[in-house]
Amino acid sequence: MNFDLSPKQAMMQKLFREFAINEVEPIAADIDEEERFPEETVRKMSEIGMMGIPFESRYGGGDGDNLSYILAVEELSKVCGTTGVIVSAHTSLACNPIYTYGTEEQRQKYLVPLASGEKLGAFGLTEPNAGTDAAMQQTVAVDEGDHYRINGTKIFITNGGFAEIYVVFAMTDKAKGNRGISAFIMDTDMEGFSIGKTEHKLGIKGSSTTELIFKDVMVPKENLLGPEGKGFTIAMSTLDGGRIGIAAQALGIAQGSLDQAVKYTKERKQFGRPISAFQNTQFTIADLQTKIDAARLLVYRAAFMKDMNRNYSSEAAMAKLFASEVAMEVTTKSIQLHGGYGYTRDYPVERMFRDAKITEIYEGTSEVQKMVIASKILR
Amino acid sequence: MNILVLLKQVPDTTEMKIDKEKGTLIREGVPTITNPDDLAGMEVALRLKDQYGAKITAVTMGPPQAENMLRELYAMGADHAVLLTDRKFSGADTWATSNTLAAYIKQVDFDLIIAGRQAIDGDTAQVGPQTAEKLGLPQISYVDDVLEFSKEKIVVKKALENNYEVLECPLPCVITTLSTIAKPRYMRVMGISHAFEKDVTIKTFDDLNIDPAIIGLKGSPTKVKKTFTKEVHSNSDILNLDGKSSARKVAEILMDMNFIGK
Repeated sequence: MNFDLSPKQAMMQKLFREFAINEVEPIAADIDEEERFPEETVRKMSEIGMMGIPFESRYGGGDGDNLSYILAVEELSKVCGTTGVIVSAHTSLACNPIYTYGTEEQRQKYLVPLASGEKLGAFGLTEPNAGTDAAMQQTVAVDEGDHYRINGTKIFITNGGFAEIYVVFAMTDKAKGNRGISAFIMDTDMEGFSIGKTEHKLGIKGSSTTELIFKDVMVPKENLLGPEGKGFTIAMSTLDGGRIGIAAQALGIAQGSLDQAVKYTKERKQFGRPISAFQNTQFTIADLQTKIDAARLLVYRAAFMKDMNRNYSSEAAMAKLFASEVAMEVTTKSIQLHGGYGYTRDYPVERMFRDAKITEIYEGTSEVQKMVIASKILR
Repeated sequence: MNILVLLKQVPDTTEMKIDKEKGTLIREGVPTITNPDDLAGMEVALRLKDQYGAKITAVTMGPPQAENMLRELYAMGADHAVLLTDRKFSGADTWATSNTLAAYIKQVDFDLIIAGRQAIDGDTAQVGPQTAEKLGLPQISYVDDVLEFSKEKIVVKKALENNYEVLECPLPCVITTLSTIAKPRYMRVMGISHAFEKDVTIKTFDDLNIDPAIIGLKGSPTKVKKTFTKEVHSNSDILNLDGKSSARKVAEILMDMNFIGK
């Protein structure tokens, strides 16, 4: 057993940390305040290969592993949860299903521009009436010979509007329930595909969250991803991978927030001493760092299992369940350690607290994670 | 075109502490970085490569751990990396270091040598110029911009105290670069993925045709007698005044010292 990163992974971590500190942290508060999608950061990340870390270079990727990709999401999220989720949704939810289920032609046509960062990707599963109950898809794809005609609406789509390539789910056979769902690769050039309402959110405000509207969109047959009727399986396995990304985002937010609290408590003086000299502060920090480390081990384990091509669905669920709840606890207590200042926008913990909450909800709520974990234990 | 870039792995001086009793640097647990001026030199080489095409060889003399720095340079875009390492090289001052570097460089083909102006741990700014002298090459130090580069010559902007000189020099030659010349690029993800598959050429004493009397600690004319932290002596007057009168007082002091007119 070895808990060390490999020299290669350690160098990746160093790169991502430098990039996050130099390029992401300086604008994190502004993009939150302005609810602005950081297109310039995406461009910079593309240049250095951060938009396709775990994919082979023949598909435009960085020839790295999943753990390295997870390190990127963690380091970005330490300073900016928005940037963390942009990379996570793009890599896990758009690139990954095309890589895993796509034909060679689909990979060349869609994965290469995605993984090289030339285009941004997104994933469209959620609908107004199909959240946790994802099988209740009302978007319909009708087979019309050489194409499918797709009609319907998706909501809460991360990277919506900025992404040009979408992995979208629709019912091809309503009678079959789960087995009637199919996956499609769609791009914004397709006629009838439009972006609807943009959500205004509590946190990750620089991340774009929109509605997707499909009105008689003719999707060529060659854009069917995987076999017809396999959409639900593709969605679930894609979300397994995505959960490691969101767990890494939660982990990063938690560590970033505690790092801020540690810095603050060493500087802030009350009763003639830095507040870090008080045992209450010390014990709080000790508890929080212990929980963060436990979360980190779960997250890295899940990524490691994915790299080893083992079944990691339950481990990914544990990582996300635990890391997201740790993120909520750490950000809440980091504000407490800052006192009144922590409640203001003068300190980043206020933003981190707002960013943390979503990690308990998207890509499967904490309750869904428990269902996944329990079903494996009790089967 | 072959460009050699000379670099040094240095302790991150922002995290440096001195053992007050022994008067030596505490190196344990201090992270190492690539010397900033040298990294800027590397960026210049990479830009010349991007623009004109070139093969870049990164060269360093140092302990075996310096290999990690060379792998980072591979991840930035270096084509080849060379580590000069031997117990016999250790403890070298600038004179012995430049002897060692020159002995290696004499064995290889090159058109241009780029060295950082100076290292943040020693601040001597001597190794680049000394290496040029020992190779019998023309040199331009304090280079702040490269204006032209061809097979025959290089045209650069050299920083002086209050102005610049534009100088043209035939190749091969040595230039030393300021850290302001270029912001080093980030490593590339794909570069890191393959940095550990590449060979770092290791050269030891036996590989260099060099007199053992002019290298390492023994070959170093410089002897460090003492290292110490400079004490800051400040003569300050502390006045307790309210806002307006303190502003008046500060203005008076500045006028007395002729920093501002009366």
